[in-house]
Amino acid sequence: MTAGLATRPRLMKGNEAMADAAIEAGCDAYFGYPITPQAELLERMAKRMPELGRTFVQAESEIGAINMALGAAATGAKVLVSTSSPGMSLMAEAVSYMAGSELPVVLVNVMRGGPGLGSIGPAQGDYFQATKGHGHGDYRVPVLAPSSIAEAVALMADAFEMASRYRTPVLLLADGIMGQAMEPVVPVFRTPRWDVSGWNLTGAAGRRPRVVKSLHLLPEDLERHNRHLQAKYAEITERETRWAGEELEDAEVVIVAYGTAARVARTAIERGRGAGLRAGLFRPVTLWPFPSRALAEVASHARAVLVVELSAGQLVEDVRLAVDRTPVFFHGRTGGMVPTPGEVVERVRLAWALTEPPR
Amino acid sequence: MTREAVPATGRPLIGDGAAGDGPASAAPPSSPRRSVYARPSVLTERATHYCPGCGHGIIHRLVAELLDELQLAPRTIGVASVGCSVFAYDYFDIDFVESPHGRAPAVATGVRRARPDAFVFTYQGDGDLAAIGTAEIVHAAARGEQISVVFVNNGIYGMTGGQMAPTTLLGQRTTSSPQGRDPGVAGYPIPITEMLALLPGVAYAARGSIADPGHIGKTKAMLRRSFETQLAGAGFSIVEVLSTCPVGWGMTPVEAMRHVAEDVPATYPLGVVVDRRADAAKGKG
Repeated sequence: MTAGLATRPRLMKGNEAMADAAIEAGCDAYFGYPITPQAELLERMAKRMPELGRTFVQAESEIGAINMALGAAATGAKVLVSTSSPGMSLMAEAVSYMAGSELPVVLVNVMRGGPGLGSIGPAQGDYFQATKGHGHGDYRVPVLAPSSIAEAVALMADAFEMASRYRTPVLLLADGIMGQAMEPVVPVFRTPRWDVSGWNLTGAAGRRPRVVKSLHLLPEDLERHNRHLQAKYAEITERETRWAGEELEDAEVVIVAYGTAARVARTAIERGRGAGLRAGLFRPVTLWPFPSRALAEVASHARAVLVVELSAGQLVEDVRLAVDRTPVFFHGRTGGMVPTPGEVVERVRLAWALTEPPR
Repeated sequence: MTREAVPATGRPLIGDGAAGDGPASAAPPSSPRRSVYARPSVLTERATHYCPGCGHGIIHRLVAELLDELQLAPRTIGVASVGCSVFAYDYFDIDFVESPHGRAPAVATGVRRARPDAFVFTYQGDGDLAAIGTAEIVHAAARGEQISVVFVNNGIYGMTGGQMAPTTLLGQRTTSSPQGRDPGVAGYPIPITEMLALLPGVAYAARGSIADPGHIGKTKAMLRRSFETQLAGAGFSIVEVLSTCPVGWGMTPVEAMRHVAEDVPATYPLGVVVDRRADAAKGKG
């Protein structure tokens, strides 16, 4: 398919659409391990990658998969790894190594209920894990949060491009509904820019040998390396922070939500407006870097902010850090339960009733 | 400076007898001297951080000699593991990727699958390979990955201060088995190479030692067979090398070498465990 060409709408399942998007983005190698609710992504890659003469390996564990990704990424290959929450925990070690070694890779976490084995229902309980770390050490990973299958397709190409541009793992954070739901999509596939020249391992024929590593035993060296990483994260924050707003112009209550929660919020906003409640949606598209400045500005014109999550309250912490004086309310469901639009409308009504117009 | 600019060195003699190599290359006829022992061009001139009597230096040299002799360096990607040999990338003048602890066979899988034209080897100690990395080594072997594994077994965690490893001999005192390894508490030494040899994906598995020049030569022949197995696309191969850790063992270098020669092979017998290419050639496969 020609990059950027829109075709007729197709009914696509989220997991399969993400697989197709990665393939169209030129993914060279996929490594994975079966886990619900992302298994269709692995299955799709198992079928299509060998047909295209590309690499597919079903690993012995998520640890195996992510370390295969580390090795393939070190050669400069365009690598995708997908999993769901418990698998992401197992991958945390190597994500830290890849961040330290400055290796590009695109990760997909189709979140399910936790903690522990939890449930296989949709959840957003991995927000802290995704945005505040995964593994050990001072590092960040850009986190992209699609709220529709079409957006997941578009963000896949962006994720590869960011991974290459900044030499970093990039995480596409979806949830069980995003992975399992089917919806009509006009997939707009795009071939991302991809440049690994100057560092990838090919065998040292005709040049000085290269080493891809995260070990810097001398404190002076490691601090210098960490400063370099932090400068990179500052650049990502400056250039890549993204969010989307809906019905914010006159919003008295600003709902902050991402992914599936944002879709529930959208329905709630429609219903609320039908009942005279002026609510709008602030949807972070990058969870890290978090659109703090934009949110602070939007919130300053509102009576209240309501955070809706499929978690016990994680995104809400970043919102509270970003927002200055506007009161912040929270509504979350966990374990695979999803807030209903009716619940959200009631929370909007309550937030409105308990607050004053901004000064 | 590129590798090609490094002056050619004479072919080393040590250990070559068992490998069946030819004589050392002669210096110009006008010279009364000829080079009989030189640094392999793949080894950097850096002094290693290894302790006196440590076996890594010998084993690094064997690997480097083979990369030279088989002319593999320009297409080799090494995978360094975690332990004393993590700095292997400082001593080999080739491309290297560092792996998380125990994961080198998975990393090597990714490298080799993404770059089928590369020659890929892992260099792993026994703490790395036989403890934390057992899942990765077993499944890389089961898949028959086209990689060569250099498995250095000194029966101890050297870098962290001489703790017991799964490979530690029964009765051996370490900093975490101060009364000696008791099988009732800490189980038995793991014969990884024999275990892996059961898997059909393993084309070659052997155990050598660095106890003396004779054994070093035999070990080099095993490593050569392993590297050639990969070059033939025949599957996974592993060479376990019984090595020393005088500091961790509380021995002098001489005592440690004697221990490797006389005591360790009782638990870890030397020799080729499986060579499926040779078996197939003989009609046994």
